[in-house]
Amino acid sequence: MKRPALRDVLFGLVAFLILAALPLLTTSSALVDFVIRCAALGLFATSLNLLVGYGGMVSFGHGLFFGMGAYSFGIIMQRTGMPIPLAILLTLVVAAIVALAVGAICVRLKEIYFAFVTLAFQMLVHSMIIAWVPVTGGDQGLRGGIPRPSFLGINLADQKQLYLFSAALLVLGLLAMRHIVSSPFGYTLRMVRDNPTRAGFLGIDVYRTRLTAFVLAGVFASLGGVIMSLFVSGAYPEFAFWTMSGEAVFIVMLGGTAAFLGPMVGTVLLLLLNDFVTRVAEHHGLVLGTVILLFALGLRKGLLDFVMDWREARRTRAQANSDRIAGTNTIQASDKMERVAT
Amino acid sequence: MDLNALTECLSSTSCMVTQATSGFIIGMLLFLVAVGLTLIFGVMKIVNFTHGAFYMIGAYLAMTVFQATGSYTLALLGAAVGACLFGVVVERFFMQRIYGGNVLMQLLVCYALVLILDDLVRIVWGPEFKSMGMPDAFRVPPLFIMGGVVPPFYLFLIAAALVIAVILGLAISRTRFGKTIRAAAHNPAMVSVLGINTGLLFTGVFALGCLLAGLAGGLAAPVRSLTPGMGFSILIESFIVTVIGGMGSILGALVGAVLIGLIRTFGALGFPLFTEALMYLAMAIVLIVKPSGLFGREAA
Repeated sequence: MKRPALRDVLFGLVAFLILAALPLLTTSSALVDFVIRCAALGLFATSLNLLVGYGGMVSFGHGLFFGMGAYSFGIIMQRTGMPIPLAILLTLVVAAIVALAVGAICVRLKEIYFAFVTLAFQMLVHSMIIAWVPVTGGDQGLRGGIPRPSFLGINLADQKQLYLFSAALLVLGLLAMRHIVSSPFGYTLRMVRDNPTRAGFLGIDVYRTRLTAFVLAGVFASLGGVIMSLFVSGAYPEFAFWTMSGEAVFIVMLGGTAAFLGPMVGTVLLLLLNDFVTRVAEHHGLVLGTVILLFALGLRKGLLDFVMDWREARRTRAQANSDRIAGTNTIQASDKMERVAT
Repeated sequence: MDLNALTECLSSTSCMVTQATSGFIIGMLLFLVAVGLTLIFGVMKIVNFTHGAFYMIGAYLAMTVFQATGSYTLALLGAAVGACLFGVVVERFFMQRIYGGNVLMQLLVCYALVLILDDLVRIVWGPEFKSMGMPDAFRVPPLFIMGGVVPPFYLFLIAAALVIAVILGLAISRTRFGKTIRAAAHNPAMVSVLGINTGLLFTGVFALGCLLAGLAGGLAAPVRSLTPGMGFSILIESFIVTVIGGMGSILGALVGAVLIGLIRTFGALGFPLFTEALMYLAMAIVLIVKPSGLFGREAA
């Protein structure tokens, strides 16, 4: 257990250094903006994959927590002006409490009903955001900017520093989630996904496992929302609208559910696609829809899953060849074991 | 929140009648869309997120035919048949590939189709709000029933939807086609072994669902404004209806639709900004109490 964790941390460190060096390559702020958006949506999508890919729970209301994060953080900062790290922490706590309440009801339900009830709760919160005008600004969104007092010498009003801060949050968030899925809890969650009945027989509390995953996913999604609200300096009802969840589901599908970094790949792809399509085509839905269809009906799995399966297939083929030469099957068996473990 | 308005209305028959009638027309339109959804889910086990788009296409087709011919009967026919044919195309090219696939894939394909269909409507009919206008036959002064104002078109709409509901109910319970559908909902593999072409049956059920959605669009066109995104709101509401009623249950769709219609109109009085939330609340409560919906069988 110890070495992979160390490897992940090193990997994260390198990723952060690369991200930190990126702005040196170009003077345009487009790249900086792009990475901040990637950080917000990437955390959001990866957290959804905790549910979808690892938990087998297709939530169609995950945008609730994204919106919740953006709004709570924005409101806390506008009303109290407390230090940013404290406000973020408080936002995560709020998200965890809401996720506990919503999850306690939802995770009992099966597949499609789970999807619907999560959707229902999301739309419930969406209408509360619209209705509660004095606090949330109604359909105009939370406007007037979010105050960003400096802390520890970090001034988030500066775009460059916000960039570094978002990149750091992204890397830390991903590392934490990576740690969760490779922990014993992560394996329990996968077991519950694959066979809840058997997991129950083995003494695992299926309900509690699912609920824990739901709360964790909600917390990380709200962190994505915090970054987004810092980026746009506000919060809008669309953050908690169903399309947000739809987009996240799409990102997860696009990038792949089996690989941990699949949703990150999906995020980058979708944002590139979005930016490209809006620049080139007038009818953005038509083009985006066609691309999704090609992906869904042609590839039938996410991009990273596809690449991994392809590599896997090549490796087993090479393995089979060398086995034939060596005349032994033991290596292949151990290879299979390894595949089951991942 | 405006509870005074609600209690005031509840104590006056005229207001009750007016609100209940508009609740019923919302409910009836919802029923026509929701029953298609529920049939499609019952038989094919897919959650057809594109269903609202067929309602939208029905409404736009009705407007176009009505403006070209001036006949509302033809407009309704055009809406129903057009949406039905369109449904066949969508089913044959896309839906057939996702039967039995995972939920995620189904959601994704439907999401893509909704994006495409909304944009197609935007290209053909333009992005702005359209209105069809009331057919001449219904341009008559409203009726007064127990002091409540009821436009004749509303009565026509409720009657039409009820007739369709009864025909559909009889068709499902009495005819051979209906029996086959029920059998396929229960065990498609067995039905297929018995020599029934399930592929064709699935297309038929999908087309029937689209026909009803298109018809609902045609019926709604005179009283609703038409926009490229109009399919989505009715879709979400009909999902709530099917989930409340129990997915796969036609009676459940009827009860759920009327319930949601009434919640909407009376909720609009008492909680003007919170009406939407009331529907979701109703759905959440039903699911918490009975996870398979009011008339749904326990999912296997």
